[in-house]
Amino acid sequence: MTTMMTAGDPAAAMTGYISLRDLTVGYHGRPLISHISLDIRRGEIVSLIGPNGAGKSTILKSLTRQLPIIGGDIRIDGRSIRQFSYREFSTKVAVVLTEKLAPEMMTCRDVVAMGRYPYTGRLGLLTAEDKAIVEEAMASVRVGEIADNDFSAISDGQRQRVLLARAVCQDPEIIILDEPTSYLDIRHKLELLTLLSRMAREKGITVIMSLHEIDFAMKVSDRIISVGEDRSIMTGEPETIVTDSKVRKLYGITQGSFNSLFGSAEMPRPDGDGRSILVLSNNGRGIPVYRRLQKEGRAFTAAVVSRSDLDYAVARELATRLITAEPCEPIGEECLRRVREAVGEASVVIDAGLQIGSTNSGMKEVLDEARRQGKLRSEDTAAL
Amino acid sequence: MNRHFRILLVFIFLIAATLAVIVLNVNTGNVNIPVSSIFKIIVTHAGDPDEVNIIWRIRLPRILMAALLGGALSLSGFLLQTFFRNPIAGPFVLGISSGAKMVVAVMMIVVIGRVGHVSSWFMIIAAFAGSMVATGFIILVSRSVKNMSALLVAGIMIGNICSALTELLITFAEDSDIVNLHNWSQGSFSGMSWSSVRIAFLIVGVTTVLVFLLSKPIGAFQLGEAYAQSMGLNVRRFRVILITLSSVLSACVTAFAGPISFVGIAVPFLMKSALNTAKPLVVVPATFMGGALFCMVCDLIARMALAPSELNISTVTAIFGAPIVIYMLIRRQKARTA
Repeated sequence: MTTMMTAGDPAAAMTGYISLRDLTVGYHGRPLISHISLDIRRGEIVSLIGPNGAGKSTILKSLTRQLPIIGGDIRIDGRSIRQFSYREFSTKVAVVLTEKLAPEMMTCRDVVAMGRYPYTGRLGLLTAEDKAIVEEAMASVRVGEIADNDFSAISDGQRQRVLLARAVCQDPEIIILDEPTSYLDIRHKLELLTLLSRMAREKGITVIMSLHEIDFAMKVSDRIISVGEDRSIMTGEPETIVTDSKVRKLYGITQGSFNSLFGSAEMPRPDGDGRSILVLSNNGRGIPVYRRLQKEGRAFTAAVVSRSDLDYAVARELATRLITAEPCEPIGEECLRRVREAVGEASVVIDAGLQIGSTNSGMKEVLDEARRQGKLRSEDTAAL
Repeated sequence: MNRHFRILLVFIFLIAATLAVIVLNVNTGNVNIPVSSIFKIIVTHAGDPDEVNIIWRIRLPRILMAALLGGALSLSGFLLQTFFRNPIAGPFVLGISSGAKMVVAVMMIVVIGRVGHVSSWFMIIAAFAGSMVATGFIILVSRSVKNMSALLVAGIMIGNICSALTELLITFAEDSDIVNLHNWSQGSFSGMSWSSVRIAFLIVGVTTVLVFLLSKPIGAFQLGEAYAQSMGLNVRRFRVILITLSSVLSACVTAFAGPISFVGIAVPFLMKSALNTAKPLVVVPATFMGGALFCMVCDLIARMALAPSELNISTVTAIFGAPIVIYMLIRRQKARTA
């Protein structure tokens, strides 16, 4: 068993900076999630993803020692976190939590300065050096201008940044954040995650957080821990964990879809055989039309989207029927025949701004054919 | 700098007002003693024997006691507010004073009946036991009830149960005890002896210094337990310390002066508003001084308003304290909806 190893063991040095060894976490001594193993290197960003209530917070609380570990071990630099004193641990790990705290009559600077707690003396008085660190931390997350505002009277985005500055002031090696992007709008989400990435890259701070947004998790993380509703655990690089099918399974998605390549979700495909509406498009121009048809609940056929075309990624999820062409090749006769057939079946053919060039010159005839049959609508005037 | 100036101003006001109220308090009463002789008597013990007696035997111990216990009560309230993260927590509303009162009443009736007298120490220990029982109960309730108003309702209920039991005991007690008990259970600073002052000074003094030394962890605790722990505070141990110190303070007050209402809520709020910060390093001493000042003023009013008869101290503190608490709730609500 790996748990038999002790600090200073040469084998421990071989593993990650933080290592979870067959970890079991839970409340009141009752195991909730078991067999979590992961090695994290210094300066990495690790995200926990998974549906609500699966146990992301439980894992984070075990990492911050708010909950005792039930089985296995968590080691930092080869040393079990159980062996750290309170103070020692506070100089290693700082937290940003979800609970909405509303301390009375504290300015943002007061809250940030609290991060110096492990370093100040008996009465907690700040030295000139402490004060400089506080100002620097506030500047680094750009909350300098609200330093003297009351903490309970600032926006959610500002609050998260102030709390991050507080964590930075604690001068930790690891920052643990519980759903830091909840309540934030898209701009503040991006800002916060950019800040975290910068901290990880520039200062070598290891960031461990739970995130609701899989797309962001995938884009900012070096490693991902996914926690399923059935308490199943998967750990690894984002590319191996965040795949369409794994995300679908992880969140139990039965309605709609998730595209891991773009990190975007699509609504469920409309019901119907999709034969009466045919959309002709390429170069991503079909996407707005697909989405509009989905909103209106009309099933459709998407035709001649090359598998390398932008349209393909969305058409795959929303179109009921798909007529595709091989990438980088001229459209073949077989393909054109199927498109003509589809035109024949359709009552409306939408030209979503199809661009015709040397590889798809055959499509010109198809458009003419649709026009002759009086079925062609261009994207803007299609009165469905 | 502006902030430091404000804090300085508050402390200067507190010191000046305290001195003025002490002089005023010693000066006024059934016998008015001129200010010039007050200083002479206090410094030299010499002068008109009656005046010396009044000052040294009656007024000085009484005013010192009002100051010590007022400070203790306010500080106890501040600690409870920190602990429960609730601005209207206080030893009186949470039923902690009534718990102390009940145990003290039991002790007085049982022990006086057998031995004939009780020592101050014994009273304090009894009050402390009562405080701890009531506090323990409130903590139990607070575990399952996270709602702030529900917790207060529980506290008020505990207070009422304890008061009812106390009344029941008084009904069955011997006549002479009842007189004692009745005065005391209504709350008063009258009839304080120097030995009581000495004991109160010792307990309140030591506890207050300890609380002041805990300013740093109290500040961390204000950010919430999870944050406090992540900054290196042993939260479990700290909670026990906090509640013990608060109980010692409120027990000391109850043992000597009976239950006194509203001081524990109103004074910390006033001080935080005046200082415009909740930093324990300044709020702790200001709360103690403010509580001392508040109770000395209230005691003066209790003595003088309907002289020669005296009011209960709680009557006066409630008249001044309750409106402050109501104002505080309104302001808080406004801040929340704004």
